[in-house]
Amino acid sequence: SLQEKEELIEEWQPEPLVPPVSKDHPALNYNIVSGPPTHKITVNGKECINFASFNFLGLLDNEKVKNAAQASLKKYGVGTCGPRGFYGTFDVHLELEERLAKFMRTEEAIIYSYGFATIASAIPAYSKRGDIVFVDEAACFAIQKGLQASRSNIKLFKHNDMTHLEQLLKEQEAEDQKNPRKARVTRRFIVVEGLYMNTGDICPLPELIKLKYKYKVRIFLEESLSFGVLGEHGRGITEHFGVNIDDIDLISANMENSLASIGGFCCGRSFVIDHQRLSGQGYCFSASLPPLLAAAAIEALNIMEDNPDVFQTLQEKCKRIHRALQGISGFKVVGEPFSPALHLQLEESCGSRENDVKLLKRVVDYCMNNGIALTQARYLEKEEKCLPPPSIRVVITVEQTEQELDRAASLIKEAAQSVLN
Amino acid sequence: MANPSAVCNGHLHYHHKQNNLLKSGISKKNGVTKGIKKNGVSNGSLSKKAFIEHFEQAPMYVAVLTFVGFGVGTIFGYLRDFMRAWGLEKRNIATEREQQKDFVPLYQDFENFYTRNLYMRIRDNWNRPICSVPGPQFDLMERVTDDYNWTFRFTGRTIKNVINMGSYNYLGFAETDANALKTVAKELEKYGTGICSTRQEMGTLDKHIELEKLVARFLGVEDAMVFGMGFATNSMNIPALVGKGCLILSDELNHTSLVLGARLSGATIRIFKHNNIQSLESLLKDAIIYGQPRSRRAWRKIIILVEGIYSMEGSIVRLPEIVSLKRKYKAYLYLDEAHSIGAVGATGRGVVEYFGMNPDDVDVLMGTFTKSFGAAGGYIAGKKDLVDFLRTHSHSAVYATSMCPPVAEQIIRAMKCLMGLDGTTQGLQRVQKLGKNTRYFRRRLHEMGFIIYGNDDSPVVPLLLFMPGKIGAFARRMLEKNIGVVVVGFPATPITESRARFCVSAAHTREMLDTVLNALDELGDFLQLKYSRYSKSAHPELYEETRFELDD
Repeated sequence: SLQEKEELIEEWQPEPLVPPVSKDHPALNYNIVSGPPTHKITVNGKECINFASFNFLGLLDNEKVKNAAQASLKKYGVGTCGPRGFYGTFDVHLELEERLAKFMRTEEAIIYSYGFATIASAIPAYSKRGDIVFVDEAACFAIQKGLQASRSNIKLFKHNDMTHLEQLLKEQEAEDQKNPRKARVTRRFIVVEGLYMNTGDICPLPELIKLKYKYKVRIFLEESLSFGVLGEHGRGITEHFGVNIDDIDLISANMENSLASIGGFCCGRSFVIDHQRLSGQGYCFSASLPPLLAAAAIEALNIMEDNPDVFQTLQEKCKRIHRALQGISGFKVVGEPFSPALHLQLEESCGSRENDVKLLKRVVDYCMNNGIALTQARYLEKEEKCLPPPSIRVVITVEQTEQELDRAASLIKEAAQSVLN
Repeated sequence: MANPSAVCNGHLHYHHKQNNLLKSGISKKNGVTKGIKKNGVSNGSLSKKAFIEHFEQAPMYVAVLTFVGFGVGTIFGYLRDFMRAWGLEKRNIATEREQQKDFVPLYQDFENFYTRNLYMRIRDNWNRPICSVPGPQFDLMERVTDDYNWTFRFTGRTIKNVINMGSYNYLGFAETDANALKTVAKELEKYGTGICSTRQEMGTLDKHIELEKLVARFLGVEDAMVFGMGFATNSMNIPALVGKGCLILSDELNHTSLVLGARLSGATIRIFKHNNIQSLESLLKDAIIYGQPRSRRAWRKIIILVEGIYSMEGSIVRLPEIVSLKRKYKAYLYLDEAHSIGAVGATGRGVVEYFGMNPDDVDVLMGTFTKSFGAAGGYIAGKKDLVDFLRTHSHSAVYATSMCPPVAEQIIRAMKCLMGLDGTTQGLQRVQKLGKNTRYFRRRLHEMGFIIYGNDDSPVVPLLLFMPGKIGAFARRMLEKNIGVVVVGFPATPITESRARFCVSAAHTREMLDTVLNALDELGDFLQLKYSRYSKSAHPELYEETRFELDD
């Protein structure tokens, strides 16, 4: 009745819009960097050597890149004021797409204006409700959001465990026999990363290709960390393993790590990539990449092509620090020897995640007070599907000298000893 | 009543004394609704709203012809597909690899039917590449096609000084004037272009803190947070604010980013008709009374998602009514000011200022910097608790790179200019110029007899074309006259309402607008686009006389 309705409306109390956040939440007091986040970084007022920004090839500070960006600023201004479809396509975008396609030796490439949005828009463009996607457990958050947006069936397989994946594929095949009509229209995908951000491992690509042809699934490869790092010329994991790039249906990467710009790209055959120009949400409904960032990326690509020995140097440094960090009591090093982004996890946890995080924070503070900038790997605890254990992220760039690497290793040893004992 | 403006049955009753909240309103006396103009401020946007709804009905013959047009296109589409399947016509589209021919096909044939057959014919009107700054005039790269739009080829020539009616450059900040950009150039030299880290790890620069303080000051709220991409601001923060067990009430015509954010959050979504307060109120009532669908428990939170200016319609949200609804039913309001920040309001502070309301009335103020500020990125502003929560729990803060420093500097200088902090009145002049240009443009188009949607104060002007054949013809002929326009059809708009959308800018001079209007006049006669049956006379005060009734 009307009276009761009015009463209900009066009585109802919603939750507060946001729950209160405690003042000493670790993420609230973050590190403020004054000046550019280059090799020598000023964090919270202290000058340190940067071991925390993903500036693998040191291109953040490169004069040529900055000059290219300045020239583009003079010609185009800052923003593009429109999405790609409505006069937001500049000749620099077209040039960058061509250069990326040529560099990766694929037919076509497509650029997004934000790294996170790249894979998060690419997956839902192909995989819809009813399709099946096999994903590695340690996939990064952007992939998880892309899968969530696609509303497909998701099957997680254990990290880098090909037998588990094969088992899941066999089960799927058995299901298909029961219902062949439906099976003929359900698309199947495997989504893996080249170098996993959460664990620093590499995915076993040749085995994946074998599974692809045996069970007829398509592969989407996310190469944010491995682009510009692995392979003789920096082309990523396909070059590292010597795999034919046409075997991978879609390679997606972001330009925010090695290329020191902003944005992301997907490359592959025209048959696959062209579809995203009309159905990639982050492409069609969002403004395009500012031209100065595109010009910076083109210049960075030029530098990568002209100095192919920088990749070898980077890998040497990674191996060096990986060796140096072995044997620190209390910490274990997680990641491949040639991975430029390692994790340092506690060997034994203190009981709760919060305490672990506090302990790691003390280690990080000790290092920062003594001139090495490190950071903890941050995750959204409630949102991740498989939350990795808390860890310190160590990033190796080509600008760090050998003395600095050794100093960092010994400082971490000291910190571990003083804090954990 | 505790509220100065109480809501009853979806109509607003005002006390005339409490007029600090609204400049105009609707009063219901004896069942007659009329607009009230107070103190000579004729910002009668609400009363004008009812007036504009009239235009939505096209003459019947137009609707019929539109359907016929699509029908013919579809029949030819089937014919072409048939010929292609039987090899009578060349296949131009890229195909699957030989080795993967027995995989499940990546695309269903039917999904692409529209793309292949209808979109391909007029594809040359979109994705036009430009090679200069997207200011009031730009240079287009000349593109020709040898095989009916399947592939394009650049001739190498550029079409110079095409008048730009398509870019979102409302305040004219997309400029290359060296003086204006000198701080941006300096910051680019100092900081470089990349950040290579996320906000919570090593990506918070002093530039971001400066920008956030400035944004909060500009909007008149406690705190703000900036993000690197406008689209991602919505899709990554709405899931942080609402989750399962919450209700989202979203407008019919909300942008894809809002829809994606709402879907990713996992909350229940209910849609209300575009700008229709009765529909929203009935949804709110039902929600509170009946609770969640199956368990009948109360909803945890109710959030209303609206936009300031809707980019395809040009209509402005009915903010005062929505705010009083939200107060009565204790819901939260999320306002997406992507197009309206900088573009409406006396000093460019968005729809909140346009309606004379207090920014505290809106719980979450969101906006983007791409449109009026000539940069890239988005922000969310509001109370300090809200922003602190987002700093810790937003997906973007933890996993996505932060905004690039030169872009942040561009926003800082544009905002300082708007607020007058750089010592000139240039910012205010731009806002006023935009208002003048908008009103002039819309008035002239009304006089000519075109059907225009939207509010008289919105710089987004959709001009209805209706028939699919006219979409291509219109855009191509305007380009021949050296004017670049944006045309939109299905699926971004309903199937019968294809339109051309003009974005008026403060950088357009009167001569440029006159050129465009003359071209439109000619083209309107040639293509028979002047569908309006109510052409507005140039002397509104003569026919508006009936509205001045005696109060009480």
